[in-house]
Amino acid sequence: MKVAVIGIGTTEFGENWDKNLRQLAIEAGTKAIIDAGIRGRDLDAIYLGNMSAGRFVGQEHVAALVSGELGLSIPALRIEGACASGGLALRQGIFSILSGQHDIVLVGGAEKMTDLMTDGVTSSLMGAADQEWEAYYGVTFPSLYAMIARRHMFEFGTTREQMAKVAVKNHHNGFLNPIAQFKKEITIEDVLKSPMVADPLTLFDCSPITDGAATLILCKEEWAKKYTDDPIYIIGSGQASDTLALHDRKSLTTLDATVKAAKEAYKQSGITTKGVDVVEVHDCFTIAEIVATEDLGFCKKGEGGKLLDEGLTEIGGKIPVNTSGGLKAVGHPVGASGIKQAVEIVLQLRGKADKRQVKDAEIGLTHNVGGSGGTAVVHIFSR
Amino acid sequence: MIGIVGYGGYIPRFRIKVEEIAAVWGSNANSIKKGLDVEEKSVPSIDEDTATISVEAALNALKMAGIDPKEIGAIYIGSESHPYAVKPTSTIVGEAIGCSTEYTSADTEFACKAGTAGIQMVMGLIQGDYIKFGLAIGADTAQSKPGDALEYTAAAGGAAFIIGKNGIIAEIEGTYSCSSDTPDFWRRDTIEYPSHGGRFTGIPAYFKHTVSATQGMMNKLGFKPNDFDFVVFHMPNGKFPKRAAKMLGFDFKKLEPGFVVQKIGNTYSGSSLLGLAAILDIAKPGQRILITSYGSGAGSDSFSIKVTDLIEEKRKNANKVQDYIDNREYVTYAHYTRLRRGI
Repeated sequence: MKVAVIGIGTTEFGENWDKNLRQLAIEAGTKAIIDAGIRGRDLDAIYLGNMSAGRFVGQEHVAALVSGELGLSIPALRIEGACASGGLALRQGIFSILSGQHDIVLVGGAEKMTDLMTDGVTSSLMGAADQEWEAYYGVTFPSLYAMIARRHMFEFGTTREQMAKVAVKNHHNGFLNPIAQFKKEITIEDVLKSPMVADPLTLFDCSPITDGAATLILCKEEWAKKYTDDPIYIIGSGQASDTLALHDRKSLTTLDATVKAAKEAYKQSGITTKGVDVVEVHDCFTIAEIVATEDLGFCKKGEGGKLLDEGLTEIGGKIPVNTSGGLKAVGHPVGASGIKQAVEIVLQLRGKADKRQVKDAEIGLTHNVGGSGGTAVVHIFSR
Repeated sequence: MIGIVGYGGYIPRFRIKVEEIAAVWGSNANSIKKGLDVEEKSVPSIDEDTATISVEAALNALKMAGIDPKEIGAIYIGSESHPYAVKPTSTIVGEAIGCSTEYTSADTEFACKAGTAGIQMVMGLIQGDYIKFGLAIGADTAQSKPGDALEYTAAAGGAAFIIGKNGIIAEIEGTYSCSSDTPDFWRRDTIEYPSHGGRFTGIPAYFKHTVSATQGMMNKLGFKPNDFDFVVFHMPNGKFPKRAAKMLGFDFKKLEPGFVVQKIGNTYSGSSLLGLAAILDIAKPGQRILITSYGSGAGSDSFSIKVTDLIEEKRKNANKVQDYIDNREYVTYAHYTRLRRGI
């Protein structure tokens, strides 16, 4: 399989109080259309990742909203898979081209979260967990990931300092990323001393509440060079599901959906972990990045913390992870994060990531998770 | 020349420390103190409300002004904690301080800036020669939901200003306002405690209006930051006014004399006016003061005030804001709850 990315666009991520969902989606979409050098009328369809506009801003039917705002009457579809909505939209966009149905499609992700107060956002996000078996008993996502963290510490000796290093690294990368919500360097001490959220996770272990949108323009392989000298190709796409409830899984420290989605994406692309130059993983909490690097095969199970100790996942390291700053520092507008990850990988493979640039990056990978691992989607990109 | 003829502040004696509140909620007092830049807040006694606080402040102002209360032709009291939803606080106060019946009055509400709005209303009546003296007060016994972040700062206090043309201790050189529909903080009718928009109360609300009104006032009057000896901004916490001062190019030294929030908390409608009173307590003739209030919802009133020679004589026997800050007694959370009529 091979589908080209010919355009990218993002809004700034953050507390965009002066922009509504419509404006965010249109801003990112317009930027991507301009970047691709196409006209809106060249688009055949829109796939929009969005988790919860109905609860966040009272707006459903958001894909048609975006299509209408762009002055188009093409098929427009909203894709929902909790925080993996963006990655799933990308996958559907790819399929629509591979099927021969469409030639050029817009895949976007958008979320407007800051219109609600924090408790409203938290309970909306809990829609991604098992309402009957998790939410009703009072857990929230920080506490679910805290349980994963505790178990990881117990089984593998992972430390709080190692988790803090994820936040420190990603804030450093975010500091270099103009769209990041947090453009501020932090120290391990800052993370450990920040207010406790769900033991052992403190505030700086958690990704923030964010408004933002990101867009890709996909094009069938044969046409890509018509629009750009520098197309980036998607050469592998894998998706898998698991139980929504964390306690129904056989392990708390492995997200099986990630393992399976990655296996499929590696198989399709013919790439192994050794061939990957740059990775964006779903670091909704610091422990999630550690678990992800293991589940994606960049180290043995239980050794994710060691990657950080050795600096291997930093820009300039052997396998740079979350060069954008990740969900942690760029922010996590849930439906948009999966697309933003792809935008970062495209920038890296184009060699346009500025101070975050990974030298000679040829192959990149994105990993997007819904809930605590009920959905995972992995994509592999190539120059 | 319109100006301040007399002013007076009042702060209830009771204080509760951030540590005392944080302990009840299992929160980290140090991080709250650092985050809010506030150490303790004033607490009204069980029989204190916006009316009693206004009376105390008005009596102090009258004492300094040395005028007959019967010469007061207007009373405006700005508060978001008027004791009655219907029935004015201002007539209670007018009666208590010995006014005639020949005055106009109204209670005003604009979150924390209704007091400065009252000053502007009085200025208009004086400018139009409708009245000789007018009294504008900002006072509150602020509400906060137990356990909410507001609980660490929502305090009680007020300040009264008698405005007129004769015998002024400070000239009001000009005023400028900025208002917009910005829902950062609100309390609906019959609801006990206010709600707020978290960080939305910052940049799009407090800072936007405070900075715009201040810059607008300076542009209108042709002043630069260096023309002012003192500045005071509304003090919802310690951080916001410090940051606003920095954004506008004012040194902390100019803010410090009116920076009363750390020891008394946010006195809402009384906040910026108590800061102004604290500055007037120490300012020298010829010095210029900038005050910008902020009220959620949202708006700011900015004033340039220049101290006259009369101040030294007239403030000699007056109660100082610092006296009220120093006169304090700490209460436990249980006592605080009783004073707030929670038990």
